[in-house]
Amino acid sequence: MKNQEFRTCPESGLQFHKPAETLMRLNAVVAVVALLVGGLTALAVTLTRWPTVHWLPADRFYQLLTTHGINMLIFWIIFFEIAVLYFCSSTLLRCRLATPKLGWVAFILMVLGAVLNNVSVFSGNSSVMMTSYVPMPAEPMFYLGLILFAVGALIGCFIFLGTLVIAKEEKTYEGSIPLVTFGALTACIIAIFTISMGAVILIPTFMWSMGWIANIDAPLYRLIWWGFGHSSQQINVAAHVAVWYAIAAIVFGAKPLSEKVSRTAFVLYIAFLQLASAHHLLVDPGLSSTWKIFNTSYAMYLAVLASMIHGLTVPGSIEVAQRAKGLTKGLFEWLRKAPWGNPAFSGMFLSLIGFGFLGGISGVVMGTEQINIIIHNTIYVPGHFHATVVIGTTLAFMSLTYFLIPVLFRRQVFLPGLAKFQPYIFGIGMMVFTLVMMGAGTLGVQRRHWDMAFTDSAIGFDYPASAFTLMGLVGISGMAAIVGGAIFVLITVVSVFFGKRVESDSSYGTETTRLMKAPPSIQPQGGHAAAGKWGFAAPGTFVLAVFFLAIFVVYYWINWKYLASVWPMS
Amino acid sequence: MTSIQPPSETIWWKQPLDRVEGTWIALALVWSLIMFIMMPLWHVYGKQNLSNEAYRTTPEAFMAKTQAMVDQYTVRTETNQNMPVVHPPPGSDVYLIGRLWQWWPLLELEKGQTYRLHISSMDWQHGFSVQPVNINTQILPGYEMVLTITPDTSGDQTIICNEYCGIGHHNMVGKIYITEGGS
Repeated sequence: MKNQEFRTCPESGLQFHKPAETLMRLNAVVAVVALLVGGLTALAVTLTRWPTVHWLPADRFYQLLTTHGINMLIFWIIFFEIAVLYFCSSTLLRCRLATPKLGWVAFILMVLGAVLNNVSVFSGNSSVMMTSYVPMPAEPMFYLGLILFAVGALIGCFIFLGTLVIAKEEKTYEGSIPLVTFGALTACIIAIFTISMGAVILIPTFMWSMGWIANIDAPLYRLIWWGFGHSSQQINVAAHVAVWYAIAAIVFGAKPLSEKVSRTAFVLYIAFLQLASAHHLLVDPGLSSTWKIFNTSYAMYLAVLASMIHGLTVPGSIEVAQRAKGLTKGLFEWLRKAPWGNPAFSGMFLSLIGFGFLGGISGVVMGTEQINIIIHNTIYVPGHFHATVVIGTTLAFMSLTYFLIPVLFRRQVFLPGLAKFQPYIFGIGMMVFTLVMMGAGTLGVQRRHWDMAFTDSAIGFDYPASAFTLMGLVGISGMAAIVGGAIFVLITVVSVFFGKRVESDSSYGTETTRLMKAPPSIQPQGGHAAAGKWGFAAPGTFVLAVFFLAIFVVYYWINWKYLASVWPMS
Repeated sequence: MTSIQPPSETIWWKQPLDRVEGTWIALALVWSLIMFIMMPLWHVYGKQNLSNEAYRTTPEAFMAKTQAMVDQYTVRTETNQNMPVVHPPPGSDVYLIGRLWQWWPLLELEKGQTYRLHISSMDWQHGFSVQPVNINTQILPGYEMVLTITPDTSGDQTIICNEYCGIGHHNMVGKIYITEGGS
């Protein structure tokens, strides 16, 4: 029976179900194709916003910026996420994948949708940006492509849920699902909400573009579209946090400090993350301040609290695992002696740092109701979300890929020496990129804007010279990140299609093994914290976390101070 | 590899908390609550808040009101498109139109005086970004936003569109001249 084809990877001990493996490979490969399209357009867009280069004409710039946004934020990430969902269910739970045939339907719909949408943008009549704010019209095919893609992704989510049911029914694992699968389940629940929002708004917008509906209310569109647009970034957060935990487990054998805390933090995501649709509507007419305050703060910042918890527990779990191996000197020996040459680890750690320090802090600050007045739609905004989505999600997915190439694709990593440096080139390039972008945004430089010099404008405006300098640095650091991205695509494509096979035997058979519970943790003498300091199991991580909080607090007040300098208004 | 293995305790929510986690959660929760309280506090003690005042309107109705203000208070015209510059009296209702691809009319306001600024779009979504003071709001068709503003800085301000609105987006630039006034 085809459904009984399983293999066990001798290196990782993971068990793959053949149809799931095929679907994971396909989704991951198409994800990298979308990343390539997004990367090429990133090059074009960056070279245009670099003031001294200013490469493309305006129409081409807006068109390729649309392409870049959609391929990166939607196609690359969601294709990869579908692969992650299958991995976290079928592979981690050692279970057959539910309805592999429907998995194919999902995949084909997603590819078809992505192609239709891209064709529509390339035709030149749908340069409407990823947000496609009504009443600016795109071709019907633009919306249709997104709808088909969303339906496919939704099917993928239900296959994940179905696989969890089968695993439980067939008892392929003992006890509760692993933390990483729990995180993927969080991502899946958020994805179902998100994709439903997308359907609720994109289907009427498609009908409007066909002329069947006369009018779509602009603020209504914004509210529901962002229930899709922002929430889809929350899928990423849940997914990449799950990937952080997975890599900590794979590289260090790390276990969560406590299952309760880490899982509760994921539950907080499910309960509160979606309120962030409001982040985009803080300076919109027609919404009350009460509504804005409650929603923009995820009801008293409970989702931010969840991210701050993961920010402690992920590195904390690594620290505990390292200390258990005897790396107990001082506060940071565990970190100094971490495998910085392993791209799966270095990428994951840079992702964690960048997401927290750059993406997290800036996101909370600009999502503050009144502070948004000095940030809304400036280039600060893409600065923020490149820190969350590119450093956070994309870099985490890249690190996972380095693990998956031998395990899932059974190939050796091409140019391993270069792969060691890739996360640094990409990650550090991106960190500088987001910082200077946020700096330029603070000076009022606009996002989605072709000409900050206003050469063709009847009235014109002169930004300070420092704004031009910062945008030049955006260009330079952007090039560094693009080189890092190109190296990743090169290594991945060559490894997967032309790489040397992994030699160990991992043939298919009918035999499966049950996933057993972790052994009860052996407490060192004097309890869990004995290897740490001050009664803390992870004192180094705690110091890092307090350092993070200090920067957060200072930066938060600086922005209120800046806000206080603008015109009084009410 | 326990984060990818089922937890040793099936009833994971009864596991005790690590001290490092408990301490951090307490710190983070306090900070979250401070940030939450700051927003309502700023509504009471801060001077920069957006109003909750907005109305449904139509392009025709809003245009009529703007035209009436332009007819009454135009002091000169500028640029080769003869853009009117209006100088409405302090305290009055000032109307500003965003449309593809201009802000109309140009405004002249007195420093330190308060105005009720009404803004709406005639067509697509636009972004009202005043530079270099750096105030940014969203402008929507069919809705009239009312901002009560007090320009308290010297030097002219430029209105830049910061919501992408098509091929002429980057040329959609307007002006708020600030005069020192008689006060």
